[in-house]
Amino acid sequence: MAKHHVTATVNGDAVEFLCDTQQSLLDVLRDELGLTGTKEGCSTGDCGACTVTVDGRPVCSCLVLGVEAAGKSIQTIEGMASGSKLHPLQRKFLEHAALQCGYCTPGILMSARALLERNPDPTEEEVRLWLAGNLCRCTGFHKIIDAVLDAASEMRKG
Amino acid sequence: MDAPIKTENKKLKVVGTRPLRPDGIAKVTGLARFGADFSLPGMLCGKILRSPHAHARIRSIDTSKAQALPGVKAVMTAADLPDQKFEYVGRGRADVNFWHATRNIMAREKALYEGHAVAAVAAVNKSIAEQALGLIEVDYEVLPHVIDVDAAMQPDAPLLFEDMITRDVQPPPVKPSNISKRNELNLGDVAAGFASADEVVEMSFKTKPVHQGYIEPQACLARFDADGQAELWASSQGHFVIRAATAKLLGMNIGNLRVHPAEIGGGFGGKNAPAIEPVALVLARKSGHPVKIVLSREEVFKSCGPAAGSSMTVKIGVTKDGKIVAAEGVFKFQAGAFPTSPVMNGCMTAFSPYDIANVRSIGYDVVSNRPKTTAYRAPGSQIAAFAAESVVDMAAAKLGVDPLEFRLKNIAKPGARTVGGAKHMHEGFAQTIQAMMKHPAYSAPLGKNQGRGVASGYWFNNAGESSAALHINEDGSVLLSTGSADLSGTRASMAMMAAETLGIEYDQVRSIVADTGSIGFSHLAAGSRTTYATGIAVVNVCKKVIEQLCARAAMMWDIKVEDVVWEDGCAKRADKSGEVLTLKAIAAKRAATGGPIGAELSVNAGGHAPGFSTEMCDVEVDPETGQVKVLRFVVAQDVGRAIHPSYVEGQMQGSASQGIGWALNEEYVYDKSGRLENPGFLDYRIPVASDLPHIDTILVEVPNPNHPYGVKGVGEVNFVPSIAAVANAVSHAVGRRMNDLPLSPHKILRAMR
Repeated sequence: MAKHHVTATVNGDAVEFLCDTQQSLLDVLRDELGLTGTKEGCSTGDCGACTVTVDGRPVCSCLVLGVEAAGKSIQTIEGMASGSKLHPLQRKFLEHAALQCGYCTPGILMSARALLERNPDPTEEEVRLWLAGNLCRCTGFHKIIDAVLDAASEMRKG
Repeated sequence: MDAPIKTENKKLKVVGTRPLRPDGIAKVTGLARFGADFSLPGMLCGKILRSPHAHARIRSIDTSKAQALPGVKAVMTAADLPDQKFEYVGRGRADVNFWHATRNIMAREKALYEGHAVAAVAAVNKSIAEQALGLIEVDYEVLPHVIDVDAAMQPDAPLLFEDMITRDVQPPPVKPSNISKRNELNLGDVAAGFASADEVVEMSFKTKPVHQGYIEPQACLARFDADGQAELWASSQGHFVIRAATAKLLGMNIGNLRVHPAEIGGGFGGKNAPAIEPVALVLARKSGHPVKIVLSREEVFKSCGPAAGSSMTVKIGVTKDGKIVAAEGVFKFQAGAFPTSPVMNGCMTAFSPYDIANVRSIGYDVVSNRPKTTAYRAPGSQIAAFAAESVVDMAAAKLGVDPLEFRLKNIAKPGARTVGGAKHMHEGFAQTIQAMMKHPAYSAPLGKNQGRGVASGYWFNNAGESSAALHINEDGSVLLSTGSADLSGTRASMAMMAAETLGIEYDQVRSIVADTGSIGFSHLAAGSRTTYATGIAVVNVCKKVIEQLCARAAMMWDIKVEDVVWEDGCAKRADKSGEVLTLKAIAAKRAATGGPIGAELSVNAGGHAPGFSTEMCDVEVDPETGQVKVLRFVVAQDVGRAIHPSYVEGQMQGSASQGIGWALNEEYVYDKSGRLENPGFLDYRIPVASDLPHIDTILVEVPNPNHPYGVKGVGEVNFVPSIAAVANAVSHAVGRRMNDLPLSPHKILRAMR
C-alpha cells in the first residue's frame, strides 16, 4: 500500500515525511525523522515516556498516528532548549538530580512544561496528579516534584 | 589491590558536594543514546516468536514459509545456537548453567513458559518481520503446567525437567521433582535456643512474582561481519559480562565480540544477563546485515524475568527481657522456568541484622512455568526480610516494646556471627536505628485507620573486578574512562573521586564509560559494587598518574623525584621554593619528558562493607474501599560516605517507591492456562507520582576504612526492609497481620471485616 505524504511542523520547522497508515507518531519521530529523544516504554499509552505536544496539548505519541500529525505543530524534547540555553525545567532537573537513568526524563519534561504553561503556580499535589501519567521507576518522584516546583517558582519570577 | 590512600586528616573538597552530572545535558535534551537509539546502514528489524503455552513439548518447527516471504533475510531457531554442557558454574548463591541459559534464550525440547522464545526472524522492516512470525509453524504438544511455588513442590506436580534431582540433599532423592536445590544454614543449637525462649512467634507468608519495571525495554543492535568479527550496542548493567555470556552462547571467541555500552534506561538487576543479544547476533550472522531488536513491553513482562514469588515460614524465640535467642526460616522461592532463584541470599540475610546465637535457614529453589527469575535489587533479601521483619515486629508487639528499641537491643555488632558463617566487621547499623528514633516522623501522632511500620535490613554489598584509565590530555585536561555501566550518576561519582585525588576541579575531568575494546574487564554494575570497586580503580589509577606527573616535573626541574610533592593539583618543589608546575605546564612538555601521560589500572577489590538500613512508613487504610495511602516514608541508611549525596538520596527514595509498589500493588496475575493476564503498565501498576509521599532520607555516614573515601554500597540495602516497613504499617492500621502480598484492597477489606 502506498505511503501517506504528511506535512507538519516539528519544533518550529516545517517537515514532510512518508508514513504507513498504521505507523504511530512515535515511530515517525524516531524512525522517519531521526528524533530519538522521544522514548518508547510501552506503546500502550501507560508510561508517558513518549510524551510530546501536539498543538500545545501533551499526548502519548505512541497513541497518535503519524498521519494525524498532518498540519499540526509538534513539540519534542529536542526543541525544548533555546539553542544552547536550557529550559528552566531542564536545568532544574539537573540541579535537583531529578533523573537517574534518564529514560523517562524527556517525557516528564514535556509533560511538566505543558503543566507550567497552563498553571504557572501549581501545588505539589497538582504536580503529582499532572505527572501521574509519566512512570519513573528510579527516583520515587521526590526530586522530580522538587525540580518542577523550583522551576515554576523561577519562571514566575521571570 | 594497592593500599588505599589515607584521607582522614585532609578536608575533602569534591567528595560530598553535589555537582551536575557529566551526562546530564544529553539526558535532558534527548541526545543520550539508549539501546534502541542506534542504527547502522542496511539495518534489519529482528522479531521473536514466542510460545503461547505455559508448558509444551515442541514436536517440530517449520520455518520454510517465513523464509520464503519477500523481505525476510534470516530465520533462526535454537538449532542455530550450539548446545552447552550441563554444569553449574559460579558462586552457589547465583550459579549459572549454560545448558539452561541457551534454552532460555531459545526453547529446544520444550517451551517452559508463555512468552518463551522459540524462533526469530530478521526482515527489512517491522511489518514484514511480524508477518513472517505468523508463517512459522510450531507443532506443540501442550502439557500440564504449574506456577505457584507450593504447588510446584507437590509430589504429583507437572515436571519441567523429567530428570531434575534436588541438589545438596544427602542421600539424593530417588524421584525427580521441581526442586532444583535445597540449602540449609545452621548456627548454634536451634532446638535449645527455642527451648530457652519465653515467647515464640511464628507466621507463614506468601509473595507474588514482581517485575523490576525498568521503563526501557531491552534493545540492542548487532553486526556480524563475514570475517567473524562482531559488534553489539546494547543496554545492560555490564557490557563485559554481556560480551562473555553472549560469546559463550554463540560458541565464539570473546576477542571477536566488541560490546558498546548504550545508556541504560533502568535495570535494577534485570539487565545483568543477555536476553536478546545472542538472537540479534545470530540473525546478523545468518543475514549478513546488522540487526536491531527492540522488545515490546509485553515481551519484557513475559520473557525478561521477574523476581521470584515465594512461600515462607519464619519463627523466632525471644526472652522476656527482649533478646532474640533463636530464629528459624524456611524459604521457598520460585526460580521460574530454570534454576537459581536468589533464595540463598534470603537465607543468608533474613536474620543477619541481629545477633542471634541459634539460627537455621532452609531454602528451596523451585522451578515453575513462568519466566526465569532475574535479579532485582538486593535479590531475594527483600522477600525474606518481609517475612523476618514481620515476625520481629510481631515479637516486639507481643513483648509490648517499641519495635526500634527491640531491634536496637538485638543488633549485630562487629564480631557477631551470621548464619552464613561470616562475622560482622563493620559498624553503622545502630546509628540508622538511633537516627530514625530521633526523626520527627517517628513521633508524629497517628489518626484513625492509620498505622506505623518499621523494618531494618542487611545486604552484603560487593566488590570485585573493575578497570579505570586516566589520561592527561595535551592541554592538561583529564580524561577518565571506566568499564562500569552508568545506571544513575556513576560518571559523576567517578569524576568526583578522580578530581579529589588529583586535587583539581571536578569540571577538569571528563568521565566516560568505555566499551569492551577500550578498557580492561569490569564486572557488572550490580551488587552495589560500582562506586566501591570501580572507585578504588579510579583512585589508584590517579595515584599512578600522580607518580608519573611528579617524575615529569622532577625532570623539568632537574631535581630528584623525592624532592617533588603533589599538592592541590600541581607538582610542588619540596624545597619550599614555592615553585609549582600545573597539569597544563607538565602536559605541554610531555614529549620532552617521555611522551603521553596516562595509565590504565585494574583491581580485584575486596574489603567492601555490608549495608544496613532502617525504614519507617505511615499508612492510612480506607475502610470503605480497602485502599492504602502512604502518608510518610523515611529511609535511614549507613552509606559509608556519600560521594554525591543527591544520587545517594535518589537511590534511597527509589527503593522506597519500589517497596511500596511491591507491598501494595504489584503482582504477576496468571489465568488458568498459565498465561499472564497483566503484561502491561495499565494492569501491572507501579507507583505513580500521585501515589507517593515525599520520601525523607537520613544519610548515616560511618566510613568504610577499606575505601579511600569511605564508600559502602548504596544501591540495594535500602530496598531490603521497605516492603516489610509498608506491610508492618498496614498490619497495624488494619489491626491484623498481613502476610500475603500484595496488600490489595480486597485483602485489606477482608482483613478489616
